[in-house]
Amino acid sequence: MVASMIDSKDLDPDFRLLIAREPGGDHITRCFSCGTCTAGCPVRDVTDRYNPRKIIRMAILGMKKEVLSSQFIWLCSSCYTCHERCPQDVKIPELMNAIRNIAVREGYVPSSVKATLDLLSNLGRLLEVTEFENDKRKEMNLPPVQEKTGDVKIILEKLGFHREEKTEG
Amino acid sequence: MKKKPKDKPLDVRYTLFLGCTVPVRAANYEVSARKVAERLDIHLADIPEFSCCGYPVKSVDHYAYLLMAARNLALAEEKGLPLCTLCSACCGSLTEANHQLREDAALRRRVNDDLFRWLGKKYEGGVRVTHFIRVLQEDVGEKRIAAEIQADLSSLHLAPHYGCHYTKPTAIYENAEDPENPTSLDKLIEVSGAKSVSYENKLQCCGGGVLAIDEGVSLAMAGSKLDHVRARQADAMVLLCPFCNIMYEANQKKIEKVQGKEYKLPVLFYPQLLGLAMGMEPDELGIKMNRVKPTELLKKINRRAA
Repeated sequence: MVASMIDSKDLDPDFRLLIAREPGGDHITRCFSCGTCTAGCPVRDVTDRYNPRKIIRMAILGMKKEVLSSQFIWLCSSCYTCHERCPQDVKIPELMNAIRNIAVREGYVPSSVKATLDLLSNLGRLLEVTEFENDKRKEMNLPPVQEKTGDVKIILEKLGFHREEKTEG
Repeated sequence: MKKKPKDKPLDVRYTLFLGCTVPVRAANYEVSARKVAERLDIHLADIPEFSCCGYPVKSVDHYAYLLMAARNLALAEEKGLPLCTLCSACCGSLTEANHQLREDAALRRRVNDDLFRWLGKKYEGGVRVTHFIRVLQEDVGEKRIAAEIQADLSSLHLAPHYGCHYTKPTAIYENAEDPENPTSLDKLIEVSGAKSVSYENKLQCCGGGVLAIDEGVSLAMAGSKLDHVRARQADAMVLLCPFCNIMYEANQKKIEKVQGKEYKLPVLFYPQLLGLAMGMEPDELGIKMNRVKPTELLKKINRRAA
């Protein structure tokens, strides 16, 4: 995380409003920094690179570039522990997704997320079901699964998330 | 052998939503779920065209997530059946999208306009979404399950792992149970005749949500739970989500290597446990596919009891 002095000239006071307009981001301004989220966070328990209270504070301050370009916004495991405990109903896992959605639009996409989009576009699923899997399923008396679900590609293409149309971020 | 209860037969019908992980990485979960469903008169219909639930794109674009979820819900609606999942993340994702689409008419119109233009589909909001294990707990109930138990599992000590999306966020699950003190899986384990053991940090997340982003963090999270379960000398961990299973079972060797430890902790999907308690053969329940072989555990089961 950034340890240098924060210069108010570099802050974007509208960043929190931008986040608040995203689905799931609307409660960001309710945060009073109590730290309940961080105290119970299982990710924070194993690494200090993830600290939800700090991320929310940075976002509210307007440290847009630092937040959007960071790896830490991607470390929330969506376990919803903080979501249940937050006294201000900030809905932190949804808030992290709101911030990630903005990061993606601004071109900050982790390589594993790009890989996920590729798989979903090409297969309609994260894991490939081939004739091999369906043969095995038949042996186990399991019904076949459609090998490729093209509808997902159409959805992602129409929304501009099919990778061939995307510039590297 | 005990006979079936004389209550009227159940008419429990669902479409079974498999998601991404089950057909490829957890066929043993699927096989065992279908076996116990058959025994308990739960009818599961299949829709081969189901895709990914949409969960993985929530972090990319909320609207894309809603469209993917709505497409799956529309398929279930065409079939006229409620939907049950085996994966807890699929359950959470589809339940949440369902809530949003049902509550926000303008959003539903927008989603349906796009679904219809692009895919010729429409979702009216009529599908109920739940988890297969909730079907066992709520639709079938402990009494009916207990009537089917044929083997003696009383010497087994099992550690329940609820995972996260089975109980949380509570708002979308209409507060099905207390997320800080869930009891449903403990009770279902006890119904099988085995003992449910408590352990430190029982509600800890498996870490699966960050596996693709940071493997080290993810394995550390899973490893910490394996430590706690081992400390209680449980015969196995019992869970209900294929992704939790990837973390604790498929990645167990990797965690052992990173941490220089040995767990050899078997991990069972709840329907595998229930099937064993109902007197089914391990082979019928896909136990051969379990990566950590529950050999000792199987020896402790007295198959001719009751």
